Amino acid sequence: MLDINSENPLERELLKIDMFKNYFEHEFDSRIGNLRENWRIKIGVDMDALVYPTLFRLLSSYLDQGIALWKFPIRDLNFLEALRHIESNGWVSIFRRKRARKIFQEQNHTIESLLEILVGENKDLYEQYIFDQQFEHQGWSGFVSELERVPTMLLDQRKIKTSEFIFLELLMEIDALDYKLGEGKWKPLEFYLDYQPKPLFAEVRETRVFTLAKIWQEAYEWSYYMPVLKGIIDNRNCVEFSQKDFQTIMCIDDRICSWRRHVEDLAPNCETFGTPGFFGLDMYFQPEGGKFYTKVCPMPMTPIYLVKEVPKGHIFSTMRKLIKARKANKTHHHDTDIHFSEHAHNSLFGWLISQFIGFFSALNLVSAVLFPKRSAATSSPFNHMEKNFPLTIENHGEEMENGLHLGFTKVEMAERVSNMLHSIGLMDNFAPIVYVIGHGSTSTNNPYYAGYDCGACSGRAGSVNARAFCLMANDYKVRELLIEKGIIIPETTFFMGGLHDTTQDVVQFFDKDIVMEETKRAKHLEYKKLMREALLRNAVERSRNFENVNKKQTPIQIHKEIKKRAVSFFEPRPEYNHATNALCIIGRRQMTKGLFLDRRAFLNSYDYRIDKDGKYLQGIVNAAAPVCGGINLEYYFSRTDNQKLGSGSKLPHNVMGLIGVANGIEGDLRPGLPSQMVEIHEPVRLMMIVEQFPDIIIDAIQANAATYEWFINEWIHLICYHPINHMMMKFQNGEFKEIQISKEMTPKMSSSQLLEAFMNQSEQLPVTLIQQPIT
Amino acid sequence: MIHLIILLLLATPFLGFTAGLFIEETNEKALSRLAIGSVIMQFILSSILTISWSIGGFQQINLSELNVFQNPSYHFFIDFLIDKISISFIQIGSFLALMVTIFSQYYLHREEGYKRFFLIILLFYFGYNVTILSGNFETLFLGWEILGISSFLLIAFYRHRYLPVKNAVKVFTIYRLGDVGLLLAMWLSHHFWHENVTFLKMSNANLFNEHIHEHSILGIFIALGVVLAASAKSAQFPFSFWLPRAMEGPTPSSAIFYGSLSVHMGVFLLLRIFPLIEFQLSVRILLIILGLFTFYVSTGISRVQSSIKAQVAYSSISHIGLMFVEIALGLHLLALIHFIGNAILRTYQLLISPSIVSYKIREQFYTFKPQTQTIENYFPKSWQYAMYLLCLKEWNLDSILYKYTWSPIKWLGKKLSFLTWKRSKYLIPFFLLSSLISYWVEKHFHYHLLPELSGGIALLFALKSFSEKKSAFNALFLVLFNHLFIALAVFFNEHLTWGEVLIYISGVLLSSILGFSILFFMKKKGEKLNLKRFHGHAYEYPHISIIFLIACLGLTGFPISPTFIGEDIIFSHIRDNQFILAMFVASSFVLDGLALIRIYSMLFLGPNSKTYHEVAYRNS
Repeated sequence: MLDINSENPLERELLKIDMFKNYFEHEFDSRIGNLRENWRIKIGVDMDALVYPTLFRLLSSYLDQGIALWKFPIRDLNFLEALRHIESNGWVSIFRRKRARKIFQEQNHTIESLLEILVGENKDLYEQYIFDQQFEHQGWSGFVSELERVPTMLLDQRKIKTSEFIFLELLMEIDALDYKLGEGKWKPLEFYLDYQPKPLFAEVRETRVFTLAKIWQEAYEWSYYMPVLKGIIDNRNCVEFSQKDFQTIMCIDDRICSWRRHVEDLAPNCETFGTPGFFGLDMYFQPEGGKFYTKVCPMPMTPIYLVKEVPKGHIFSTMRKLIKARKANKTHHHDTDIHFSEHAHNSLFGWLISQFIGFFSALNLVSAVLFPKRSAATSSPFNHMEKNFPLTIENHGEEMENGLHLGFTKVEMAERVSNMLHSIGLMDNFAPIVYVIGHGSTSTNNPYYAGYDCGACSGRAGSVNARAFCLMANDYKVRELLIEKGIIIPETTFFMGGLHDTTQDVVQFFDKDIVMEETKRAKHLEYKKLMREALLRNAVERSRNFENVNKKQTPIQIHKEIKKRAVSFFEPRPEYNHATNALCIIGRRQMTKGLFLDRRAFLNSYDYRIDKDGKYLQGIVNAAAPVCGGINLEYYFSRTDNQKLGSGSKLPHNVMGLIGVANGIEGDLRPGLPSQMVEIHEPVRLMMIVEQFPDIIIDAIQANAATYEWFINEWIHLICYHPINHMMMKFQNGEFKEIQISKEMTPKMSSSQLLEAFMNQSEQLPVTLIQQPIT
Repeated sequence: MIHLIILLLLATPFLGFTAGLFIEETNEKALSRLAIGSVIMQFILSSILTISWSIGGFQQINLSELNVFQNPSYHFFIDFLIDKISISFIQIGSFLALMVTIFSQYYLHREEGYKRFFLIILLFYFGYNVTILSGNFETLFLGWEILGISSFLLIAFYRHRYLPVKNAVKVFTIYRLGDVGLLLAMWLSHHFWHENVTFLKMSNANLFNEHIHEHSILGIFIALGVVLAASAKSAQFPFSFWLPRAMEGPTPSSAIFYGSLSVHMGVFLLLRIFPLIEFQLSVRILLIILGLFTFYVSTGISRVQSSIKAQVAYSSISHIGLMFVEIALGLHLLALIHFIGNAILRTYQLLISPSIVSYKIREQFYTFKPQTQTIENYFPKSWQYAMYLLCLKEWNLDSILYKYTWSPIKWLGKKLSFLTWKRSKYLIPFFLLSSLISYWVEKHFHYHLLPELSGGIALLFALKSFSEKKSAFNALFLVLFNHLFIALAVFFNEHLTWGEVLIYISGVLLSSILGFSILFFMKKKGEKLNLKRFHGHAYEYPHISIIFLIACLGLTGFPISPTFIGEDIIFSHIRDNQFILAMFVASSFVLDGLALIRIYSMLFLGPNSKTYHEVAYRNS
């Protein structure tokens, strides 16, 4: 095998010729599917066409969360039990022929015994057969197995196991053969085989094409990484300001990184931080009137705390004193729309309705097409929480609900606030106002809406967390407790929560009426204006990627158009979400402040100086590797093979049972992201740069085996940025090795030049140092 | 004035379509401007038409447009009719077309096939306008055919995936099945009125009664033919299953075509020929039964659907069932209002269907009740379960229809397996010989069964072509000979002139020469040309695929080839007592169309078998 790093010059030369001159056949055969395919090839039975329509429909109806008007008759039994009940008590059968019916009733068959009928006595074939069968519709199979693992995934819960699904499918296959060929007129599959299928897990030989593809991939990745590393090194003279007007703590999300840049650009005396957008609060949230609890922390966590929204007047929290009278006692604003109403389908009433509603739809249609505005089809992050309702944050020690603690005790609050502030390195030098801003996203007619909200809040908006965190940090008792932990928050410092809508580029602030003296309020208004100006610039920057936004307009017009995209029901790309993400930088802001990274970086604030034993780093990496790495790979795979690993174009998608989408009505569920979300993504692996000493990093990533997997397998490229000698070291085979950084100087641009480039250039902009105008 | 508007109304989408052919694939702006310009124009024109027609006093206006072909015994002309039916359909059609086209301009942005999409919908609008404004069967059939083929192309818009192509072919087969009805109805009405009758004349009650006394059986058969065509096109029982399966294209195309315009064509057809069934009580009762049955069955099916598009599709079908009942009861104004309401409602519901997730989950979050009572809970358990399963399996309509229509055809085709490509070449001398023998027999014996015999042979060729699996050459060749034998069958019938034969055969010959040259070219390139599976050659030969489609359409008698008129001439020469021959010929035409679309799909559509590029899973 030839190696790019080979010592032998001849070998390297040969490789070069292959890379640039030679053409290689690159057609691949898959192993999965080769066995089961023989039904079609050898005896001409198209199993999929005979089995899937009914199988998918049974499953989808059983799991349905609220589309069907006539719901699955039995929903509290296991999948197979429910079907068996329906089968034995009705006079229509699921199956076409007697044998399957009998087997289904008898209950003494197992998957093995069905396989014996279907495949034969050769047990070696069983594994491959099941693989073939389940991977032929991996969307449904994957969903069922995930549901078996996490049954709470559905609001209206169901009990289903993958084995039940396989059992039913095997039985339906037997039935299909009986129907097509007649019972007893076909033999098990092994009799039709004229060759032994290759074992699924036999070694895959690395061919020349693989070697070359790997080299090309790494070349592609490093041609982007190198300027980034160089940029960070060139940026190391960035000075820290001692006087701070205000500070912001926002999500690490790559979409926020440009907003931070613009805020800093407009307000040189502000300091910005990044941390996962749940702000260290592990909890469930229940809005007023909600029937369920919503998890608002990373998916793998299992919180034991619950924060509820209570309408004004039922407050029992000590926060009551802090809360002034609210303006209006508004209830949740939820648009309703008769077009989603069940009656439109219903027989007699529907007849009347469609006679008249149709004319009403005409008006709706015209206004939605010509004058898009917020409607029932819109999903808005501002709906997540009613900003004027108090939250039940405090627990006095005994309040419980369904096994969850209703709020946090002061000690628990202080613990969380302290952990979060420690992890981002904000322990002193507090500015008078500290903004804690979560994010969410507005989109319309978009089944993927949850993927646009905050990943650290399990696909919800970050408003509750931001607001709750501020209420905690503002509490004088909590601040007292914080002193013991080495964090002294001056009395003059005020934390204020907010929510950033990344699609529309608007921001909303919470609880601004709580103790805030006049001077501070005036300051806040000033900063708010400034942040809005930054959002305007951000919108202009984002418009670069949208081909059909006219860039010749004024920034305000462009922002208007960007806002309109989010509420237009004909717009499949309200925003590009995490597309183009490529970096995760864990370190002080000085590393990246003034460096243009083109919205491609997750920025997690971290100060190596206060984390001598790597405790906080460990926490950060444990969250960042699966979250940022997971997002990155999701985009990577959806982009590299959008048909098989992504969900293809979203335009023909059809919503199935509120649990997934499929193409048309007969297709398999489509996992992955649609082409409209990933089309501008550059498929490179995430490069994580950590500002810390190499041995501390290694300790931190090795503490958790699941985290270490990401790095040792190179699913993420890990770079150590040595805080003292500014060396860049790459993690490979368990150790850090220094890398040669290119000599090419990072280009420079002033921020106004950059703004101009946003209006005129749609292609990728290079990593650039932003020069501050000399004042 | 009205005359001019109608011409412009027809010309607008057609010119848009033609101009679009010359715009580059990547030039989205020009394409969308052209499309939107055309639909705005169309909307303005139809509004002017509505207004001027209203000012003119809501009269029925008939316009004889163009004599395409005329000889003493036969007259083929294009004719238009304006009345409240065509006005409603044209106004709603142009309104929805406008909305959906604007919607698609953004929605389809950057989609592969942007150009294809807008060209097909413009073609569809053209077909729609022709059908709606048509004043006689011939004109209607012209538009009808364009609607069919553009529907097929839209369903198969994602032509490199398996399911869209499979379903497009499936829907097309149902359409063709309906076409048998329409073809026979056209043929019978020639004999019923002894002329190429206009719809206006048809509505003359006295004239109709005069004829119906003469041939009452004929009247029933015409009506039944039309009912068959209408039920197939409007997805009524037992054809209902095609509609949800047509939802494979981008959402806006599903919304406008299968949610509203295309699926209501059956309603239009029934309203249009209502004078034919007005005095035939039995047919009206049949329609009421059909409509009510469809209503109940598809309401049930729609209620158990767990996917949103299928739910909307079946709801739409059930309402169309009601419209059939309303028409049969003579409540035409109500049916028209119902059509307008249903069409707009379903379009809008489908357009916003992706929102159902956020909407329903939000609703469920705040209003969830674990057990809800629906009307079905009051049924006895055994009924409840049985009906649930029956509805879930869509009453097995798909497999039942397959079993009783296509299975026997395929079985017959298999029996003809001796007609391999190698042997088919001997058809040339066989044809010449049989022509000579027939000529001789006819001249000396006046043996009357000859036309039926030739027609029967022709039908067998069509059958074999439809079920051919091995060679695309053979399938194409057999279609050609099917046409030749049909010509032979009718030639000896009477009065068929050489000129008429030439009209019929010229299109067939030219198209098949084109088709064969493409096949030879592809064979030379080393591509697979069997008909066992989809090959997806359009991936590598997109332009050739278009030319081959044109060749296929020419061969089926699509209104781009003179064969379209030729087919009508052929029918006019079949005597009213030759019902068997008419059946043979109509079935042949329908099977030809199917066979050719099948050849085209198998060769050029579906997943490409090479794996150097992205290929979707078969079931996705």
